[in-house]
Amino acid sequence: MEYFLSEKEKIVAETAREFAEKYIRPVRAEYDETGEFPWEILKKMGQADLCGIYIPEEYGGLGLGVFGLTLAVEEMSKVCGGITLAMAATALGTFPLILYGNKEQKEKYLPKIASGDMICAFGLTEANAGSDAGSIATRADKDGDYYVLNGTKTWITNGGVADLYTVIAVTDKSKGARGTTAFLVEKGTEGFSFGRKENKMGIRASSTTELVFENCRVHKSQILSREGMGFIVAMNTLCNSRPGVAAQALGIAAGALDEALKFSMERKQFGSPISSFQAIQHMLADMAMEVEAARAILYQTARTIDSKKQKNFSKESAMAKAFCSDVAMRTTVNAVQIFGGSGYMKDYPAEKMMRDAKITQIYEGTNQICRNEIALQLIKDVKGKK
Amino acid sequence: MNIVVCIKQVPANTHVKMDPVTHTLIRDRSGSTINPYDLHALETALQIRENYGGRVTAVTMGPPHASDILKTAVGMTVDDGILICGREFAGADTLATSYTISSAIKKVCPADLIICGKIAIDGDTAQVGPGISQWLGMSLVCNVIKIEKIEDKKIIVKRAVEGGNELVSVTLPAVITVDKSINVPRIESIKGRFKKCDFEPKTVNAEAIECDLTKIGLNGSPTSVFKVFIPERQKADHELIEGKNVAEKAQKVADFLFESKLIV
Repeated sequence: MEYFLSEKEKIVAETAREFAEKYIRPVRAEYDETGEFPWEILKKMGQADLCGIYIPEEYGGLGLGVFGLTLAVEEMSKVCGGITLAMAATALGTFPLILYGNKEQKEKYLPKIASGDMICAFGLTEANAGSDAGSIATRADKDGDYYVLNGTKTWITNGGVADLYTVIAVTDKSKGARGTTAFLVEKGTEGFSFGRKENKMGIRASSTTELVFENCRVHKSQILSREGMGFIVAMNTLCNSRPGVAAQALGIAAGALDEALKFSMERKQFGSPISSFQAIQHMLADMAMEVEAARAILYQTARTIDSKKQKNFSKESAMAKAFCSDVAMRTTVNAVQIFGGSGYMKDYPAEKMMRDAKITQIYEGTNQICRNEIALQLIKDVKGKK
Repeated sequence: MNIVVCIKQVPANTHVKMDPVTHTLIRDRSGSTINPYDLHALETALQIRENYGGRVTAVTMGPPHASDILKTAVGMTVDDGILICGREFAGADTLATSYTISSAIKKVCPADLIICGKIAIDGDTAQVGPGISQWLGMSLVCNVIKIEKIEDKKIIVKRAVEGGNELVSVTLPAVITVDKSINVPRIESIKGRFKKCDFEPKTVNAEAIECDLTKIGLNGSPTSVFKVFIPERQKADHELIEGKNVAEKAQKVADFLFESKLIV
């Protein structure tokens, strides 16, 4: 389908595609097996300008917005959703800074993030607060010009490997969600450490850890926006970052469709390639329809966000994320089915894609939470018209 | 530090055609690419720039469409590209080519370090890099597999020689030729690809580089190709060795080799 990409957007997609083929495909199985973080690959991503696509040009990026990021994440996730996540999760950690950072904060960090020299992470989730972001327990108590952070964040993507973390903590418990504040915390700050690296089902090349704060003193200049804005920073970050998850999911789905199609044309049963059987053809057709529909909703959402013509896009963003990740799950399950016995074996890429797909239905707001947001907005829209 | 990388447009492996009369390669644009070793030379230069600062200029000699490979170099983020182009250069052998390129470097882009791929996959001579060093009176290290360090106007490199490696320290300016094992070339970056869309190389002819016209092109080339031919394929007998297990098969192969006096 023709999506009328600009010359620059075509170049972004082409570069990401070439990068993934050259540097990711040959090693994806190995990284999945060992669970090592892809330092070398990330360095090369920076060299290829793939780390700063969505960062404004004045801070060393390419200024190609959420749509540019979407194209790159999709192309690279076709090959490996795990390795690509090192960059994509940095985008999640960087959006708070782009959206709410002051000039000084942006100048300090964004050029390094754009060049790939700095990795970021976003710390919202806790053992008892995730979908329920209002129940955050990590505290930040004011002490002169500093805030003292205490608490633990869980399942943080890029945990341990990131140099900079956006952390949401409670500064005024009496105000609930409106009493939270977003802090930029650098790795190496005293009192800031990491829990164990999680052993995950999929996206195994990505590092997921706890963030542990024990009397960690953070200067007030590291606050994003202002005190009490933590919840809003977090919610708007998710609105901007969910298309990134959707792009990862779309890439995994499209990659699985490519692999299944290729396999079905090579694998022979009853003297014919299995792609000649209608049962397989219908599966392939359903997969292709869904992947194309996912791409359409995602691209249009990303373009809507970048156009800045629509102030609130939480519904569209949640739709793209939930739809693309549901498609990724169905498509990868069907890809494994088309591969048959081979699909269940680690010698073929289908099972890894299925494992990688699952997380996209869970993180940055489960698809159930995304549906809540969509419905809430639908109702609000009707009430607003009355 | 000014680094010059000499690159060459070569026929892509799958497109090689010979002129049946002149016995030379038919060079056209469609089936051309950058000499693979030169990608490693470019990567070496870019890494040196990252570690020590400086400017990287890619230079090539060839017809106007050789600018395609300069665009590849720009995509990889070299700072500049120079095309040495003119009818007067046609028919150059390695002596005339190395003279021409060295004249251009001297006149247009004086270098502290010149990096070449160790060999081009079309002519397979590995003579142009060494030739440039001689015309310019610079030190030469061939078959470099690692840049150790650059300091005090000296470069220390590791080169592969038969039976081992050598660490060599040479005074700059110098010429090095690099092996493929030295690095993994980067792909063209996004900004590089944006830049190459509008890139036009600086094009220089014989007049611009102020060279001796008797030393360039066909006039400056003492090499004449006597004959080019495709060697006849030798037919060999073959026999399938059967056996109960690997050990028995291996024994049969060994017996055969001894009996035939192929090994003694």
